[in-house]
Amino acid sequence: MTRRKRPPSLTLPHKDGRTRGSRPLCLIAAFALFSFVPRAGAQLVPYTIVGDAIPASLTGSKGDPVRGRAIVANRNVGLCLLCHSGPFPEDRFQGNIAPDLSGAGARWSEGQLRLRIVDASKLNPNTIMPPFYRVGGLTRVATTYRDKPVLTAAQVEDVVAYLMTLK
Amino acid sequence: MQTAILDCIAGCMTLCLIGTALGAAEIPLDQRRSDSEYMSADTRAMQSDDTANPGMLAALDGETLWNEKSGATNKSCADCHGDAKTGMKGVAARYPAFFPGQNRPVDLEQRINISRVADQKAAALPAESKDLLALAVYIGLQSRGMPIAVEETAQSKPFIEAGRTIFERRQGQLNLSCAQCHDDNWGKRLGGSLVPQAQPTGYPIYRLEWQKVGSLQRRLRDCMGAMRAEPYAYDTPQLVDLEFFLMWRARGMPMETPAVRP
Ligand code: HEC
Ligand code: HEC
Ligand code: HEC
Repeated sequence: MTRRKRPPSLTLPHKDGRTRGSRPLCLIAAFALFSFVPRAGAQLVPYTIVGDAIPASLTGSKGDPVRGRAIVANRNVGLCLLCHSGPFPEDRFQGNIAPDLSGAGARWSEGQLRLRIVDASKLNPNTIMPPFYRVGGLTRVATTYRDKPVLTAAQVEDVVAYLMTLK
Repeated sequence: MQTAILDCIAGCMTLCLIGTALGAAEIPLDQRRSDSEYMSADTRAMQSDDTANPGMLAALDGETLWNEKSGATNKSCADCHGDAKTGMKGVAARYPAFFPGQNRPVDLEQRINISRVADQKAAALPAESKDLLALAVYIGLQSRGMPIAVEETAQSKPFIEAGRTIFERRQGQLNLSCAQCHDDNWGKRLGGSLVPQAQPTGYPIYRLEWQKVGSLQRRLRDCMGAMRAEPYAYDTPQLVDLEFFLMWRARGMPMETPAVRP
């Protein structure tokens, strides 16, 4: 199957619409292959979901695990440790809403981790884990954050590179 | 391809339904807890000792205002309502309440302002102002220990339900719903904070992070900010509906105004 625009029937609603977390999940269920072309103005790079993964790097190159660790550890940038714990002995205030990140690189492939970070709702429509690389289908986004993903494509790659070191 | 998409949509809708059923489970009535029960012993001690609770200073200010003549009537609240200890007993526990004059619910701070403008003939106090909070704390104190008694009536139900919808809807850049934290993950740790059930038993509260007294509306706006959602402006119908739903959700729990929170 080739890269194509998503059919209109599956287009995520705009920001004043309701969330439809489980729609993309069916793409996985049907093992279909789609490119996600972000809305105009959003400046997100398109990506392709294969099964439960995004196999290709969003930037075309490998991320930097050292930068990735810093992003994960920063609760204003990655926010990860609000919910997760992990190998961060310097941080006493780690969350316990989500699984420990230790061993994530052994449990998951790089592509699986990439989809998980980009938009975890495509794996579990009820997840509390925020979509880190998505601007569509969100409601009442604060003006400062409107039309911006939580992380840039390069930051997503850095985080994925770091998680892959957690064996 | 077309049929694949249709199958997919059908499958999706089923998943959606299952998904909704699995998500956001309401907290059973007998498992509801005030945040006072799981905050630190220091904070709890500060709340329960009136000489240490900074919210009691606001209550004292409120008592002064209660007895101060004001407005075109040159009357004090006490001139019409008498001693607050009797005249305002149990009143805060009933708010928000449906107010026929506006054909929708109003919260306690709004009700105070309605009486100031319509009865006392004085200017409304600005939202979140020191004086309005002081009066609300003083009136709230007269319900301390009494069960929350907001009423679900045919008239008020649609507003409670509207509040519930906001509570359960995902919003903001982080795509979170209030319910995901406060129904599904209460008692767990979000970074350094324990996630409470969001039972608004003690408002207005003295919040250590604010270093002052603040309203339930302010607290809700803070949570919306953390979700990176555009907070509803003070006194918007949505914010009052959300307060109404939360107080209804906490019905029967004892009032704690002025509570102390981290
Ligand atoms: C608001 C809470 C929250 C935040 C913030 C969050 N996650 Fe998650 N994450 C979860 C939950 C809950 C799960 C469990 C699976 C699920 O429910 O989707 C999860 C699952 C995961 C998994 C799979 C866990 C496993 O089984 O090994 C990884 C990896 C992960 N998250 C990484 C991250 C990273 C990296 C960040 C920051 C960029 C992050 N998460 C931010 C809640 C969160
Ligand atoms: C001129 C007389 C007058 C003055 C002065 C006055 N009120 Fe009222 N107030 C009323 C009347 C009349 C009502 C409606 C009676 C009712 O519904 O029980 C009312 C209702 C209220 C209520 C709702 C009570 C309930 O049971 O739901 C509150 C709260 C209130 N006033 C607060 C105040 C405060 C605070 C002040 C001073 C800033 C004040 N009022 C000053 C006459 C007055
Ligand atoms: C990511 C999780 C999260 C989300 C989403 C969230 N909150 Fe909160 N909320 C918290 C935490 C944590 C606290 C306690 C803050 C503290 O202790 O500093 C809190 C506190 C509260 C309180 C105060 C409870 C008390 O005892 O005084 C209320 C009420 C509340 N939230 C309501 C809401 C509403 C309404 C929403 C949705 C608009 C919401 N929250 C969304 C995590 C969340």
